Amino acid sequence: MARFTPHTDADIQEMLEAIGVETLDDLFADVSPKFEDPLDLPPVLSEYEALRDVEARAGENVSGMPIFLGAGAYDRIIPSSISAITGRGEFLTSYTPYQPEVSQGHLQAIFEFQSVISELTGLEVSNASVYEGANAVAEAALMTARLTKRDPKVAVSAGLNPRYREVVETYRVEVVELPFDGGTTDFSAVPDDVSGVFVQSPNFFGIVEDIEAASEAAHGVGALCVAVCDPISLSVLETPGNLGADVAVGEAQPLGMPLIFGGPYAGYMATHEKFVRQLPGRIAGETVDREGKLAYVLTLRGREQDIRRAKANSNICTNQAVTALAATVYAALMGPEGLREVAELSISKAHYLADRLQDVGLKLRYPEAPFLWEFAVEMPDVDRVNDALLHNNIVGGLDLGDGAMLVAVTEKRTKRELDVFVEVVANAG
Amino acid sequence: MLGERSLESLIRDKGREGRRGYTLPKPDVERTDLEKVLPKKSLRKEKPGLPEVDEPTAIRHYTNLSRKNWGIDTNFYPLGSCTMKHNPRANEAAAAVPGFANLHPLQPESGARGALRVMHELQGFLSEISGLSAVSLQPMAGAQGELTSILMVKRYFEEAGDEGRTTVLVPSTAHGTNPATASMAGFKSVEVGLDEHGCVDVDELRALVDETTAALMITNPNTCGVYERNIAEIAEILHEKGAFLYMDGANMNANLGRMRPADAAVDVMHFNLHKTFSTPHGGGGPGSGAIACSEVLAPFRPDPVVERNGDGFRFARPEKTIGRVSTFHGNFGVLLKAWNYIKMHGPELRDVTDMAVLNANYVRARLRGAYRIPYDELCKHEVVVQPPKGKKALDIAKGLIDHGYHPPTIYFPLVVKEAMLIEPTETESKETLDDFVGAMLELAESTPEDLEEAPIHAPTRRLDETRAARQLKARW
Repeated sequence: MARFTPHTDADIQEMLEAIGVETLDDLFADVSPKFEDPLDLPPVLSEYEALRDVEARAGENVSGMPIFLGAGAYDRIIPSSISAITGRGEFLTSYTPYQPEVSQGHLQAIFEFQSVISELTGLEVSNASVYEGANAVAEAALMTARLTKRDPKVAVSAGLNPRYREVVETYRVEVVELPFDGGTTDFSAVPDDVSGVFVQSPNFFGIVEDIEAASEAAHGVGALCVAVCDPISLSVLETPGNLGADVAVGEAQPLGMPLIFGGPYAGYMATHEKFVRQLPGRIAGETVDREGKLAYVLTLRGREQDIRRAKANSNICTNQAVTALAATVYAALMGPEGLREVAELSISKAHYLADRLQDVGLKLRYPEAPFLWEFAVEMPDVDRVNDALLHNNIVGGLDLGDGAMLVAVTEKRTKRELDVFVEVVANAG
Repeated sequence: MLGERSLESLIRDKGREGRRGYTLPKPDVERTDLEKVLPKKSLRKEKPGLPEVDEPTAIRHYTNLSRKNWGIDTNFYPLGSCTMKHNPRANEAAAAVPGFANLHPLQPESGARGALRVMHELQGFLSEISGLSAVSLQPMAGAQGELTSILMVKRYFEEAGDEGRTTVLVPSTAHGTNPATASMAGFKSVEVGLDEHGCVDVDELRALVDETTAALMITNPNTCGVYERNIAEIAEILHEKGAFLYMDGANMNANLGRMRPADAAVDVMHFNLHKTFSTPHGGGGPGSGAIACSEVLAPFRPDPVVERNGDGFRFARPEKTIGRVSTFHGNFGVLLKAWNYIKMHGPELRDVTDMAVLNANYVRARLRGAYRIPYDELCKHEVVVQPPKGKKALDIAKGLIDHGYHPPTIYFPLVVKEAMLIEPTETESKETLDDFVGAMLELAESTPEDLEEAPIHAPTRRLDETRAARQLKARW
C-alpha cells in the first residue's frame, strides 16, 4: 500500500464487502476510458532517499553567498520564530476558514494581517492577501475598471516592475506608457480614458516616486490612483493613503518570507472603505458569537466566486493565509521601530555601496534621483562583472540588458561584503 | 482545554511602547540621514500603529491562536472538493533546505540548475499522470490555473482569427471559480444541466454547442463525486464544432493511475498540487494550479516553461504565449513539495486513488438509510449526502464539530439541496471512518432543537455573520 494510507488487507476486504463489490477494480467500473498500465514514474523512494535527492538538487544551485539581486524579491533577515509559528500543524494543515467556530486562529491572524497592511498603507481596509505582487497589481487594475465603470486601461511607466506589467497585460488590461525621465515618472499628461494610474514607489530602479502627483493626475481624469509599494519602505515613507492613492498593493515577501526561487509569497491589497465591495479576495471581519463573545469571520462574501459565480469580482478563491501569517508575525516582532531600522540599515548600506562605486569611477544611471536600497549602476559588460563576482562567492545584481546592473542592498549585507563587491567590480569593470 | 474558549486579545494590545521582539545586527556603515537623501514630503510623519511586543509574548500569542484552529493534524477534516489528506512533513523538510529556501528567483539559470531540474522533472511527472504532452507550472492556485487555461483557449481563437467564440459552457455542478474564470477571460458563461446520474446532460450539451462555443469546463469526477461517464463523447461533441474540452482537475485524487484526461481527449486541465499531491493548504494558501495541455495549445502556455539545454536546463518563452501569470516562476516551494511527494510514491500513486475511492464508497455505504444519497451509485473520491428530511446541513455540520470532526463542505454542489459533500481522502483509517459515521448516524437522530445549539465545545459558538457584514470592522 502507498506510503500514507493506513489500510491493511483485512480493512480493504471488510470495506469492499460493506460496499458490496469484490475488488478494488470494481470501484472503477464506471470509468471510461480506463488507464490500465502502471504509471511510468521513477520507482518509489523512502523519505530518507527522497530527501537525499532534494539535497543533491539543492547542491546544483548556487547558494550560501551574499545576494545583490532584488527587482521584486529581497534577501532579508528572517526571525526564527516565524517558521516555528507557520509550521504549527493547526495553521499549516487547515483550509479556508469556512467553519469559523474551529478556525478562529487563522481568522484572527488574518484580521491582524489586514490591520498591519492598513497601518502601513494608511488605507482603511485590506483583504486577506492575494497570490503575490504581480497578481495584486493585476487585480488592482481590474478593480479600477469596476470602480470607474471604464474599460480596463491603465497608465504605467518604466518605473513599474516590467514583470508586473506583463502580468497586467496577460489579464487583458490595456496598458499605456507614461514618460519616464531621470529615474522618475512624468504624470503631467495622463490620457483621459484610463481607469487607473499606477505609481510604483520605490520604483523598479529603487527610486522614490511622487505618489501625490500620480494621485492628482489620476483624479484629474476621473481615474483611480494605485500605488505599488514595498511594505518595508512604508516604515519610513509617507503612506500612499495620505498621498491620495485610492488603492495600495504590493509584494509582502520582504516581510519575513524566504526567497525560495520566487514563491510562495503573498500579495497585499488595501483601499478606502467606500471601495470595499470592489475589493477581490477574502476579508475577515469582527463579530460576536451567540454568547456575545468577540470573534472573527469571513465577511462580505457576496463579492466572491462561490456565491456570485460569473458575476464575482474575481475568480480568486484562496488567500495566502500561511505566508500572510509569516508577514504578520514579522511585523509583530519588528514593530514600528524594528521595521524602520530594517529600512534605515538597508538605505545606509545601499548608499555606502553607491558612494564607493562612484569613488572607483562608476556612474549611477540616475545620479540625481532619490533612492532607497536599490540602484542602477552603469557598466558595459554586466555579465563579465557578475562572473567575476560569482568567482568571489557573491551573487551580483540584475543585468538590465542595456549596460547597467540593478543592485539591491539589504540589512543582511555586511560592510565587508560591500567592500569586496566594490573591489571586484572595480577590477572587472 | 482551559483557555481555548477564552478570548485572545489582539497582538497589538499585548505590547507596550518601546518593546521589541527582534534584534538586528548593529550598523557597520555610517547612518544615512534620510532627510538628506529623500524629499522631505516623501517621509512618513506618523509611525505605523504596529504591535510593540517581545518575542516570548509574540510566540505565546500565535501559539494560542493556533490552538483555536483545527487542521488535518488535529482533526478528521472531510471537506469535500478540497482533498484534505495528510501533509507529509518530508515536504516541509524539502522546502527548508537552504539551497532552495535562499535561492533568488532571478539567479542566472546556471546558478539555479537544481531548481530547474526539479521543475523539469515535475513537468514530466504531470505529463505522465495526465497523458497530456505539455505542462506549465506557473499558475499559483487552482483558480489561476483555470484562468490560464481559458486565456490560452481565448488566445488560440484570436490567433486563428475565429472571433465568434464568445461562450464557455459550465455544468451546473461546477465550482464557482469556473464561471468566474470565464467572465474574467472575457467569455459569457452558459450553464449546462445534468442527467439523472448527476453528470453533464449530453443531449442538452449537443444542443448548446455551436460555432460560438470556445470550451466546456468539466470537473471529473464531478462535484457530486460521480465519474463523468460520457466524457469521451462530450469531447467529440465539442471537437466537432471546433471547441475545446477543459478539465478542472480539483478532483484528480480520484484519477491517479486509473484515468488519464488525455485518453478522454481533454485538451487542457489544471491540477491542484495542494490537493492531489499533499502540499499543505495553509488556511487557504499558498497552493499551485499547474496546467497540462495538448500540443495544439502548448505554444500558448504562460512564460516561462523549463526546457532541456544540453546537460542543463533553461527557461523558455512559448512561441505564442499568453504572457506571464506570476512575477517569477510560480510557487516554486509548492512545486518542490509536490515533486517530493510524487517521488515518494512513484507508480504507487494509483494506490492513493484506490484508497481514496474505497474510503468514500465505504462512507456512502455506511450512511445509506440514515442520510439521503441523491446519486447512490459508485462514487469516486467523495460522496454527496443530504440530511434526513426536516434537518439542515448547517446544523449537522455544527453538530459534527461537537463530536470533534471538521464538517464536510456544505451547500455545495448547488444542485443538491442541503448538500453535504464528504471527502475522506486515502489517509484516514477504517476506524476513523467508523467513528465519523457513528457521529453522523447519531446526529441524524438528534432533534432540531439539540442541533440548533451546536457547537457548544468549540472555541466559539455560532457567529453573527450579518453583523460582521453590516458593521464592517476589518482592522484594529
